[in-house]
Amino acid sequence: MSTTEPVMVDERIKQETFIAQLMKRPELGAIAGVVLVTIFFLLTADEAMFTLQGFMNFMTPAAQLGILAIGASLLMIGGEFDLSLGSMVAFAGLFFAACVVNFGTSLFVAIPATLLFAALVGAVNGQIVLRTGLPSFIVTLAFLFILRGLSLVGLKLATGGSTQLRGVRQAVENDPLTGFFSGDAFAGFFVRLAEMGWIDTFKNGTPKVKGVPVEILWFVVLALLATYILLRTPAGNWIFASGGDANAASNSGVPVRKVKIALFMVTACCAALLAIIQVIDAGSTDARRGFQKEFEAIIAAVIGGCLLTGGYGSAIGAFFGATIFGMVVIGLTYTNFDQDWFQVFLGGMLLLAVLFNNMIRKRVTGER
Amino acid sequence: MTKPIIHMDKIEKHFGNVIALAGVSFDVTAGECHCLLGDNGAGKSTFIKTMSGVHKPTAGDILFEDKHMDFDSPRDAMEAGIATVYQDLAMIPLMSVTRNFFMGREPTKGRGLLKRFDAETASDICMEEMRKMGINLRGPDQAVGTLSGGERQTVAIARAVYFGAKVLILDEPTSALGVRQTSNVLATIDRVRDQGIGVVFITHNVRHALAVGDRFTVLNRGKTLGTAKKGDITPDELQDLMAGGQELAELESSLGGTI
Repeated sequence: MSTTEPVMVDERIKQETFIAQLMKRPELGAIAGVVLVTIFFLLTADEAMFTLQGFMNFMTPAAQLGILAIGASLLMIGGEFDLSLGSMVAFAGLFFAACVVNFGTSLFVAIPATLLFAALVGAVNGQIVLRTGLPSFIVTLAFLFILRGLSLVGLKLATGGSTQLRGVRQAVENDPLTGFFSGDAFAGFFVRLAEMGWIDTFKNGTPKVKGVPVEILWFVVLALLATYILLRTPAGNWIFASGGDANAASNSGVPVRKVKIALFMVTACCAALLAIIQVIDAGSTDARRGFQKEFEAIIAAVIGGCLLTGGYGSAIGAFFGATIFGMVVIGLTYTNFDQDWFQVFLGGMLLLAVLFNNMIRKRVTGER
Repeated sequence: MTKPIIHMDKIEKHFGNVIALAGVSFDVTAGECHCLLGDNGAGKSTFIKTMSGVHKPTAGDILFEDKHMDFDSPRDAMEAGIATVYQDLAMIPLMSVTRNFFMGREPTKGRGLLKRFDAETASDICMEEMRKMGINLRGPDQAVGTLSGGERQTVAIARAVYFGAKVLILDEPTSALGVRQTSNVLATIDRVRDQGIGVVFITHNVRHALAVGDRFTVLNRGKTLGTAKKGDITPDELQDLMAGGQELAELESSLGGTI
């Protein structure tokens, strides 16, 4: 054996403070962002924003974006992009609406079929990226246009010339699955709360907030599920490894190709889920659905701590990134500011987040 | 002499019309460090890639524990017990040491849908294995990026040993390291050898080879120039063999004997 026995404590290592450890979490930037934005609106916005109703108001768009952002963040951690997300929402929306309106299928058939269809398109994206070795940025940029165009063409075919397909609401009204994808959950509970006087009611006694919009529940469940997978399953380790260094990962026995293709499929399914929720909610679908959502989803993921180069990030971060988005887009309506400041804010936030994340990464890896 | 774990017999490898290996024989026994030396282009890399299943030999036999082996992929060789630590290390700087250690072979607990990554067990094993190698981590979640080059080598070696390597191939593990880190890695090689693992140590630094090697094989232009035991060869002879003797002697005199 070697001559020296290994020492148990290295005198060169300082004890880390709790704050220093916290500083290394990828989602820290997004949480700090939520705090800042909350303070900003507490100072400037009407107090109605921070009532229960206001909360549901800003969480609804946050949740809709968040469903996409969580998929996008998983894919980014896995080292790839999907710019076709927004177009995928339109395309899956068309497929779903055509199922229920043109073919008259029940949701029991239409929803699995739509998810399966989206997964297939995601798999095609992934296969092309992996087989050609082209950057996913280029391949999915192509699909951004291809899917958007197909949605337009398909809509005209399905409707006989219009770019809007109506009649979804009537088709799904009495379907037992509708409640899982639209409207408010826990309505009975909220009525009870109103009766006990714990939440605000209208004059006739019905609660002002009827329940939790289902998309918020989907958003929370997906964020928790994605976080569990990332941090507590072998698959999560494979996602980080594939994004960190695909070559090193496959040398160590990680099935990198399978991981990446699965991630493309999951991301496309997130887009399809959002499409289903939005189409049932609106009762129709059109070709502009999901327009530019891919950028917003990627921005939310980046604010949430995902590195553009992959291998680092968190789903909880994307959750808060999307929350910031919702707070700003709705919060501005509670203030005296012009709402169009929103885009300025979004761009600024992105820039700050990337700078902040680079700093964090340097702390984690100890780059000097 | 004990029986070799792996015996490579008259291995030939041709790439198109290039003969990279022209009949190289090589073996490793348990608990020895067999150094493979050679200058750039001698065929060292091709040879270890053949041994670790990346390339298939054009001709020749690979006998692993007396059985004829035909590796189709690095995965096959890994499963048989041949672990290779490449220069690029197969490590991901942004991930923690534990996650790197178990990358692709994560321990799990629970069943079915509840089957999950057993983070506690993984951390404990990783801390323990690293301590055995003389590295005290700040914590199991310390990122690999914060480790020095020598420490990274040690993580990669510890990982291979933990996962049951019988033959450990090290591809120039000391080439990019400083003096102190080099001695750490050489000490690690010594520890691994004492555990009864056959080590194949590829290097072009004669001094590093002589520090830990039991036997030395020199490759030149796809052929072996012979194998020598420790004590049967002087550093100068080894150096000359590696560089093809004659030319280096001339070069050396023109440089004043400093190489």
